[in-house]
Amino acid sequence: MIGGLFIYNHKGEVLISRVYRDDIGRNAVDAFRVNVIHARQQVRSPVTNIARTSFFHVKRSNIWLAAVTKQNVNAAMVFEFLYKMCDVMTAYFGKISEENIKNNFVLIYELLDEILDFGYPQNSETGALKTFITQQGIKGQLQTKEEQSQITSQVTGQIGWRREGIKYRRNELFLDVLESVNLLMSPQGQVLSAHVSGRVVMKSYLSGMPECKFGMNDKIVIDKQGKGGATDDAGKSDLGGGSGKQSIAIDDCTFHQCVRLSKFDSERSISFIPPDGEYELMRYRTTKDIILPFRVIPLVREVGRTKLEVKVVIKSNFKPSLLAQKIEVRIPTPLNTSGVQVICMKGKAKYKASENAIVWKIKRMAGMKESQISAEIELLPTNDKKKWARPPISMNFEVPFAPSGLKVRYLKVFESKLNYSDHDVIKWVRYIGRSGIYETRC
Amino acid sequence: MQEWANQLCENRQFGSKMTDSKYFTTTKKGEIFELKAELNSDKKEKKKEAVKKVIASMTVGKDVSALFPDVVNCMQTDNLELKKLVYLYLMNYAKSQPDMAIMAVNTFVKDCEDPNPLIRALAVRTMGCIRVDKITEYLCEPLRKCLKDEDPYVRKTAAVCVAKLHDINAQLVEDQGFLDTLKDLISDSNPMVVANAVAALSEIAESHPNSNLLDLNPQTINKLLTALNECTEWGQIFILDCLANYTPRDDRESQSICERVTPRLSHANSAVVLSAVKVLMKFMEMLPKDLDYYGTLLKKLAPPLVTLLSAEPELQYVALRNINLIVQRRPEIMKHEMKVFFVKYNDPIYVKLEKLDIMIRLASQANIAQVLAELKEYATEVDVDFVRKAVRAIGRCAIKVEQSAERCVSTLLDLIQTKVNYVVQEAIVVIKDIFRKYPNKYESVIATLCENLDSLDEPEARAAMIWIVGEYAERIDNADELLESFLEGFHDESTQVQLQLLTAIVKLFLKKPTETQELVQQVLSLATQDSDNPDLRDRGYIYWRLLSTDPVAAKEVVLAEKPLISEETDLIEPTLLEELICHIGTLASVYHKPPSAFVEGSRGVQHKRLPGSAGSGESVDSPETTSTAGVSDAPPAVIPSQGDLLGDLLNLDLTPTTAGPPPPAPSSGMQLGGMDLLGGGLDSLLGGDLGGTPAIGAGFGAAPAALPASFSAPVSGGLDDLFDLGGGVGMPMGAYSPPKSVWLPAMKAKGLEISGTFARRAGVIQMEMTLTNKAMSVMTDFAIQFNRNSFGLSPAGPLQVLTPLSPNQSIEVALPLNTSGPVMKMDPLNNLQVAVKNNIDVFYFSCQYPISMLFVEDGKMERQIFLATWKDIPNDNESQFQIKDCHLSSDAASNKLQGSNIFTIAKRTVDGQDMLYQSMKLTNGIWVLAELRIQAGNPNYTISLKCRAAEVSQCVFQSYEAVLKN
Repeated sequence: MIGGLFIYNHKGEVLISRVYRDDIGRNAVDAFRVNVIHARQQVRSPVTNIARTSFFHVKRSNIWLAAVTKQNVNAAMVFEFLYKMCDVMTAYFGKISEENIKNNFVLIYELLDEILDFGYPQNSETGALKTFITQQGIKGQLQTKEEQSQITSQVTGQIGWRREGIKYRRNELFLDVLESVNLLMSPQGQVLSAHVSGRVVMKSYLSGMPECKFGMNDKIVIDKQGKGGATDDAGKSDLGGGSGKQSIAIDDCTFHQCVRLSKFDSERSISFIPPDGEYELMRYRTTKDIILPFRVIPLVREVGRTKLEVKVVIKSNFKPSLLAQKIEVRIPTPLNTSGVQVICMKGKAKYKASENAIVWKIKRMAGMKESQISAEIELLPTNDKKKWARPPISMNFEVPFAPSGLKVRYLKVFESKLNYSDHDVIKWVRYIGRSGIYETRC
Repeated sequence: MQEWANQLCENRQFGSKMTDSKYFTTTKKGEIFELKAELNSDKKEKKKEAVKKVIASMTVGKDVSALFPDVVNCMQTDNLELKKLVYLYLMNYAKSQPDMAIMAVNTFVKDCEDPNPLIRALAVRTMGCIRVDKITEYLCEPLRKCLKDEDPYVRKTAAVCVAKLHDINAQLVEDQGFLDTLKDLISDSNPMVVANAVAALSEIAESHPNSNLLDLNPQTINKLLTALNECTEWGQIFILDCLANYTPRDDRESQSICERVTPRLSHANSAVVLSAVKVLMKFMEMLPKDLDYYGTLLKKLAPPLVTLLSAEPELQYVALRNINLIVQRRPEIMKHEMKVFFVKYNDPIYVKLEKLDIMIRLASQANIAQVLAELKEYATEVDVDFVRKAVRAIGRCAIKVEQSAERCVSTLLDLIQTKVNYVVQEAIVVIKDIFRKYPNKYESVIATLCENLDSLDEPEARAAMIWIVGEYAERIDNADELLESFLEGFHDESTQVQLQLLTAIVKLFLKKPTETQELVQQVLSLATQDSDNPDLRDRGYIYWRLLSTDPVAAKEVVLAEKPLISEETDLIEPTLLEELICHIGTLASVYHKPPSAFVEGSRGVQHKRLPGSAGSGESVDSPETTSTAGVSDAPPAVIPSQGDLLGDLLNLDLTPTTAGPPPPAPSSGMQLGGMDLLGGGLDSLLGGDLGGTPAIGAGFGAAPAALPASFSAPVSGGLDDLFDLGGGVGMPMGAYSPPKSVWLPAMKAKGLEISGTFARRAGVIQMEMTLTNKAMSVMTDFAIQFNRNSFGLSPAGPLQVLTPLSPNQSIEVALPLNTSGPVMKMDPLNNLQVAVKNNIDVFYFSCQYPISMLFVEDGKMERQIFLATWKDIPNDNESQFQIKDCHLSSDAASNKLQGSNIFTIAKRTVDGQDMLYQSMKLTNGIWVLAELRIQAGNPNYTISLKCRAAEVSQCVFQSYEAVLKN
């Protein structure tokens, strides 16, 4: 198991060091600094073995977090734990920076004592931790016996992510469907690879211990229900931009630990008691029938040895009533570019010599429109035999629909002990599609 | 460190209550004194502030142990925050101040009774971290109570505490019966208690490989599976990792466990997913392949594995290393997922390299076009390692998918045209392999390759190019010129290139004998007379001999048709792969090494295996496990095993041993190979005397004598050389072996007398015995058995006494031993209890083996590691001994010790005193470090030994004495 945990600043100075196992000596702290942080070349692996000691590290801005062990630990678990630790720290004091860590070192030691025992990760849900570890010192002196046992039963309980007795005057929940659409297209417009990776993020402000059930247009569920099946649509979700697809095929999905996985496995229903506040309910991936919001048509012509003519057309491919935002097209230029002249119909375009690219920005663009840019690139003559590799043209954008076609059908809330019903809960659903790696070869 | 502390001084003014950074500012001299005063202050706030400062200093590595009594005094407080800080301090310094740590015991014991469960748990958690014997004694009672506490939070903490205590004092845990209580916790009503109990038990069980601690049976498994649905993500990992150690009784049980584990594949925590994959991969072995469920399960595995690739890069890396194993074991799982392994522009380099590896493994006729297009893109990237690997991958595709070979070759030629040095070299190396795979197909490209001869500066590329020139000498007009140009700097080349050059020129000679006689003579004399490298010399003499006796035979041998190379390379050896599959998700799967290769001591050294396949009811060794891999039935080696030796001797060593002395060849095989090769021609010369190395040497030595006059090499030189060689090989410095002593007197054993000794020969521990029959009747049916012993010594085979032992007859027996037997600590450590049986009775005796038998050949530690380890081992573990009356110089001593695998790493001379730093490694992986001090003229040596397992020191010292004095 994890033998020790160290946090360093960018210079390699130790900010936090906590040793859990006897086989890890103080010199391990230095070994990592010398061999990894101060190493000349770029880090070639997140796992480093120095003198039979293994170091796992992750970086957050310029802070290094390292876990050390001498045993054959579960490597995936160690990394998951390091990420979790970052989450917990962020939830307590915001950004992970040298200053924040120093300002909260007592708190961090306290957390480390709680979430890792003899190197074994323990309950690390912030919701639970915050009930007894606070920045104002530890609660615990003034608590009654009931409160104490409530804390311990929550920390060790089945619903470790939520505490009892939460009350809101207004029961409200927000669902964000956030997708990133990835594309690699050939110059001729053939899709080489495309996939959507999506996340459903939920912000819940609900009283008590509500039981929730989430439904979406998952092909397997819809097919099972058949056409005449009950359709309890939430009604707010008809924002999709593409054709009115009935259902989508999900390649794979993973859930927050609050979701009952065995129930999903057997009935494919997503039921859970949500944590309070914001969390990620699920992640999913689709590869079939993706709506590609933009199509890029490149045309590159070499005129002699010292000139290139580039013309790029972009076409928006969604409902005309919707608006895409923050559109950016990045057209790479050869290293020996000496001058560029650009003409674009819409937005602004600039040649950025330091980035070897023409960057074309458009603030907004409605669906089913097209726009183009043409550029003349002058080249310095070189005797470099190596041909220019022609990196792909990449795009960034944001659209108000889910490119996968996913739709939220319902999110039902039941709380039997308190007197509010599903109808009293105010629900909001929002869809945002962003570009992931969206490239067209030219 | 002071720097940032100082710089923070400035922040002091706005050091509100919330900022703790100000505590890092204590750097002035006399600070300790000031802190002392503050710690003893009456004001609570001031005390707390002072303790915070102490902790801050401790973090940055300053020694604040002097404040121990003052800090401990703050322990008795109602303030939980202050208490926690004091505990933190205690955990750090208690070990260095054991006597004072006792002061804390009372408070701990009191806290364990506190009405607040948080405080009870805190006390028991901290107490377990204080590694002071006297404190652990007091820990037992509170721990016993806490294990049965009414509050689950306390119980889950106590469960882990048992593991802590076991780490400090295993015996105590057993004596106090904590293990049983821990086992009971598996049935606890609280899932988190169950999870921690499982984690603690698994860890304890690891250090007792043969105990039946984790008594996994269908009932407990059922409990674990129930808890799995309810506990935290971490608890799920502990439980799944534990489940993976279970072997179901039959395929039905296996299936039902799989069914209950599969939902975990949708967990957001990647570690849960990977551990579930491990359980499924392992239990799947037991399912019959025709079962519907088997196919369903296979289909279910791919999506979660793909999803892992959208995790953070570090986890992607762990996932990719594991997918690499899974793909080798069950290629069908990922076969349609090629695209997800395409490299993204901003993937970190470690992710890129791993993806590339998997792409090659998944390449098939169906997807080759796409793969090639990708690889071509990668070959123009920036990172040198990545580009090289991409080029190599193109070559591998050509070999794997015949239809693509032509396209691959033309892609490679395009790349060679870029003239980027490392790309060209890498391309040439892979083109050589393509030639091997498809002979006489792509030779048209040779001309292009030859153009780049000058730019090759890496041995592997040079060797590959030379091989190509030699192999196709008849089609390259200026082959002789090309090879001659390499010959000029023969001695500066690496062994790899030298060997290749020798072979290539011999080939050339056999193809174009008329023009190249001079060249071949030159290379033969360079290889045989001017070289110190035995590999090169041997190969030189073989060719020489071959050419001189029978050129026709030489042609048949040297220009023989080469065996085809296999499609898959770099496959992990099947048994290792099986073991690694059992370790999915862990460090072993990341390193692709068994845990024993990187874990010290006994922990995790037991080898795990996959269960046998279903239905067959066969033993674990069922052939299914090795061949179902479905990868390819051919052995992964480039060269098929049959004809291995021949190939190696001639020219097929595509990956020859790197420079440096070759390992002392397992001589018999080597000699026989040589014999076969040289055939009858040598018989007369050897006069039928085939035994013993010197004779072989003579055989070789005689070869030049029979050379035709045209080979006017100085014969005697060659001869001398060979005798040198023979001598060198014939008398290796063996490990010290004590003379035989009588172990079992005839009186006690109804006439059987056994005397014996132990020896280590060529890495094998042997028990050498003389059995004498002093009785009146014939003895037969000998057998031997060992009791459990400290290092797990056990006979590697039966006792070989083939003929009955008649009265008054003696027989010499050598019994090879291995160290995989059951382990039990003996007193003395090197004691061995033996039972010998014959047709008359069973007899028992015990003997002691010199521990030096257990020193393995790779016991030489690197200097840096030695230094680090020396410092790392606590001084308590150091022991000093005197070796009296020894009259060796330090060098002689060092040589002598080396024979017994005690390696000198460094030597230092201070004031006429030589200090030798030495290391040795025991068969169970324990390292022993030594410092041997030898004063010139003083027959008494001093030796200091440091080892994590201090108890071996005494035995090691005895071995030193024995080795040095004999």
